[in-house]
Amino acid sequence: MTQANKQGLKRLALAAFTLAAFALTGSALAQSGPIRIGEINSYKAQPAFLDPYKKGMDLAVEEVNAAGGVLGRKFEVITRDDGASPGDAVRAAEELVSREKVDVIAGGFLSNIGLALTDFAKQKKIFFLASEPLTDKIVWQNGNKYTFRLRPSTYMQVAMLVPEAAKLKKKRWALVYPNYEYGQSAAATFKEQLKKLQPDVEFVAEQAAPLGRIDAGAVTQALADAKPDAIFNVTFGGDLAKFVREGNTRGLFKGREVVSLLTGEPEYIDPLKDETPEGWIVTGYPWYGIATPDHQAFFIAYHKKFNDYPRLGSFVGYTTIKALAAGMKKANSVNTDKLITAFSGLTFDTPFGRAMFRPQDHQSTIGAYVGRTTVRGNKGEMKDYVYLDGAKFQPTDAEVKKMRPAD
Amino acid sequence: MSVDALLVQFLNGLAGASTLFLLAVGLSLIFGVTRIVNFAHGSFYMLGIYIAYSLTARIGGSVLGFWGSVVLAALAVGLLGVIVECLLLRRIYRAPELFQLLATFALVLIARDAALAIWGPEDLLGPRAPGLKGAVEILGRQFPQYDLALIFIGPAVLGALWWMLTRTRFGVLIRAATEDREMVGALGVNQAWLFTAVFGLGTLLAGLGGALQGPREPANLGLDLMGIGDAFVVVVVGGMGSIPGAFLAALIIAEIKALCIAIGTVHVFGFDFSFSKLTLVVEFLVMAVVLIWKPLGLLGKPSAASRNSSAVEAPLAPPDKAAKIFGYAVLVLLLLLPVVGQMFPYAVVLMIDILVAVLFAASLHFIMGPGGMHSFGHAAYFGLGAYGAGLLMKQFSMPMEAALGLGPLLAAAGALLFGWFCVRLSGVYLAMLTLAFAQIVWSIAFQWDEVTGGSNGIIGLWPAEWLNQKAAYYYLTLALTVGGVLFLWRVLLAPFGYALRAGRDSPLRADAIGINVFNYQWMAFVLAGTVCGVAGSLFAFSKGTIAPDVIHVGRSIDGLVMVLLGGVQTLAGPVVGAALFTWLQDAVAREFQYWRAALGVAILLLVMVFPLGVAGSVKRLLRRREVAA
Repeated sequence: MTQANKQGLKRLALAAFTLAAFALTGSALAQSGPIRIGEINSYKAQPAFLDPYKKGMDLAVEEVNAAGGVLGRKFEVITRDDGASPGDAVRAAEELVSREKVDVIAGGFLSNIGLALTDFAKQKKIFFLASEPLTDKIVWQNGNKYTFRLRPSTYMQVAMLVPEAAKLKKKRWALVYPNYEYGQSAAATFKEQLKKLQPDVEFVAEQAAPLGRIDAGAVTQALADAKPDAIFNVTFGGDLAKFVREGNTRGLFKGREVVSLLTGEPEYIDPLKDETPEGWIVTGYPWYGIATPDHQAFFIAYHKKFNDYPRLGSFVGYTTIKALAAGMKKANSVNTDKLITAFSGLTFDTPFGRAMFRPQDHQSTIGAYVGRTTVRGNKGEMKDYVYLDGAKFQPTDAEVKKMRPAD
Repeated sequence: MSVDALLVQFLNGLAGASTLFLLAVGLSLIFGVTRIVNFAHGSFYMLGIYIAYSLTARIGGSVLGFWGSVVLAALAVGLLGVIVECLLLRRIYRAPELFQLLATFALVLIARDAALAIWGPEDLLGPRAPGLKGAVEILGRQFPQYDLALIFIGPAVLGALWWMLTRTRFGVLIRAATEDREMVGALGVNQAWLFTAVFGLGTLLAGLGGALQGPREPANLGLDLMGIGDAFVVVVVGGMGSIPGAFLAALIIAEIKALCIAIGTVHVFGFDFSFSKLTLVVEFLVMAVVLIWKPLGLLGKPSAASRNSSAVEAPLAPPDKAAKIFGYAVLVLLLLLPVVGQMFPYAVVLMIDILVAVLFAASLHFIMGPGGMHSFGHAAYFGLGAYGAGLLMKQFSMPMEAALGLGPLLAAAGALLFGWFCVRLSGVYLAMLTLAFAQIVWSIAFQWDEVTGGSNGIIGLWPAEWLNQKAAYYYLTLALTVGGVLFLWRVLLAPFGYALRAGRDSPLRADAIGINVFNYQWMAFVLAGTVCGVAGSLFAFSKGTIAPDVIHVGRSIDGLVMVLLGGVQTLAGPVVGAALFTWLQDAVAREFQYWRAALGVAILLLVMVFPLGVAGSVKRLLRRREVAA
């Protein structure tokens, strides 16, 4: 088929879709402008994750609009940089709501900003899709009916690793984590859950390193001196690179199993290059080996548009927009209450497969890939990975109910 | 823990000490001679590691290539320093004290975005050093060869600098200029050339420190602020301008850190105490203790009074009629804003932030300008006010109005305590002690999960029903800000203010005429802290959320930038500076992709056009007109 033909077909499809939407929605067309999505993130403070994230969003918006938009209206995303400060994030949200008159807000990377926006959504009664922040509190302790969260939470990611850790049957464990809420809650969840599966486990050392400033040599030696059989690592980014290099040089990982959170994500494994340790059990995103049609389509479109491979950020950005489109279609409206009703229990397609927003806590059931690290060529990759469905790694509904305040 | 383990941790500490020393020593040199508080020092360090990364990627395969790229990277950064000094800093040496800080702050913003544009967002881990890739066995443990090399490089650089300072003519000139710059100039030494050379040498050392870190940590965009924080602590603990002091301080801090990590978690009286968590703040604890014990750092000497900054300004005068009319006009406009603001709903939101910033900056100016106490940690009182209000509402279930009224008392208490220690010091040492206290407060808020919510902070702090409308909250903020600023101005124009200023300009003479300088400064500190706390409480309820970043050093720096931008020598300065900076930041962040760099360029332009700050320069301009007429 020639390019022109393709274009023509696309236009035809678009026209047909618009007509259909016209017939279906009627009233929604009264507001004829685009659907405005206000998006807030720490773009300049966390560029390694958020540059690909933005690209993922751009791709999804392009696809949604090429298909005629939603409810006959195009998508328009208005992004704001929050400068990594919750106060500025709230100001940006106020601006988006009051001046830009956005229909929904989305975004957030840092947990404290995610929580600030969660509470803002409740106060201003506006729909908020927390795309990226990991803290459990967004859907549990501080959850509210206006907020939904896309990415698997800290709890879910740890819960996916714990059964693997228990299978290792190692008795003495050492932990290293960045010293803030994410690291602390990951370490606490890991200890609690592993203890349940393996009551004789011992935690022989714990190192809480300041985020971005790990003293890797001293930490590595302190862990080695505790003579653990296995290590649970929560550090990421620059801290991870320093820790891995010191650990390799000092032989910390020799003969020891390591279970490590997020390390298989391209954002964190790529900078390690040939330094990538062999055989760590990690969560991540092996974009090079996911053969499902959904992912293939996503990969090809992304690669075509940006001449680059997708990172996990790309997936999150892309899926955020696609989830919004699916929810608005189901709600047949951008009215906040209707959106909340539609999103509770909404199933939507992602490049990882079909997922759902749980009605009981508004967490999506998107999962993650769990596998082992390896070096191929001089690049770090994951091998022997499987996709674990996020729906299976949740506390019981009774526990959730206890943690989450009633609406 | 075994003795062997401790010994190897001691070696780890030595390697860390070399790193810290190389990072900090250039800053100490530069400050000693030029009195410039070079905020961009960490940026030069960051550029060193990035440039070395690029060079080693091309030529770093061999031993010669690796060390060649380290030296080349250091030279490149030094050259950049020379360019910055010639094009920028040279123009503003005679500006009011600390004004150079503004220019170097702008450089930080520009350098970060430049690095992002050139090297991209991903962390870049450099290759290992050829020939030093492995480890040697020490006491049954593997110790990296490269760390051993670092342990020798640090003292070698110290020795080379010592030799240069004591045995070469250039070194004699540097020492002479550190003692008395004017005199060196009077004796026929080309000061401009000397300053350029010292600035170049200092930045070269920063670049070297960065380049040597290549095999140990990835080049990343956060290194600038991390670097500057560590460098300041080391330099101040050692004594500004003292190079052996910097080495000693680096050694102490690195060893204490290694020790904290080695001890790990300890069980005492049924409690677990994690020493590894202490590494978050240990350098600031060390700094606070050292400065309280030795107010000039470990090896610092009292420096001769600087004669190079701008002339002492005239005492503050009450505003004249024209200024008052202008003030009333502004107030009327502000009162009308929510009415006209129907069309610009965001104006009210932004104006609340601006008003809070104005109150914050005015309280900082109170101690910084007329008080002469440069606080680098003013965010502590802002944060204490915010957390005070938040805790009263959430932990003690107080109504919002009571929390807003009583929250600032926590800031007052903090200022009462910290001020007692701080006002014993002066100059940069005082500034750094305020910073140390602020970081300690920050780390408490950051760590104390059960009470302060840890890194996530406190959420759900919304105003009472009757204040929930933006316009209502705006009027409350306006009333408190205008009231607070007028109160501070009134105090400055009262005998208290003049006595405070007398204590700043001549503590000895002030003492001789019966002014208890200590008490005046202490009370000024408490007043400023309390008013700042009001700003913090207002902030908390305008956002609904507070997190530890309200106390973080970034906010303290913002405050300094606001005051300096507006002009430290005028009453209106902090008001103008706060409004301008907040508005700029908001507008620039929306309009530009590289908004940090855009903000930096804007600040640089303002620095060039208004060397006395915006309000200060405008005032001088008006006065000149009057004289001419």
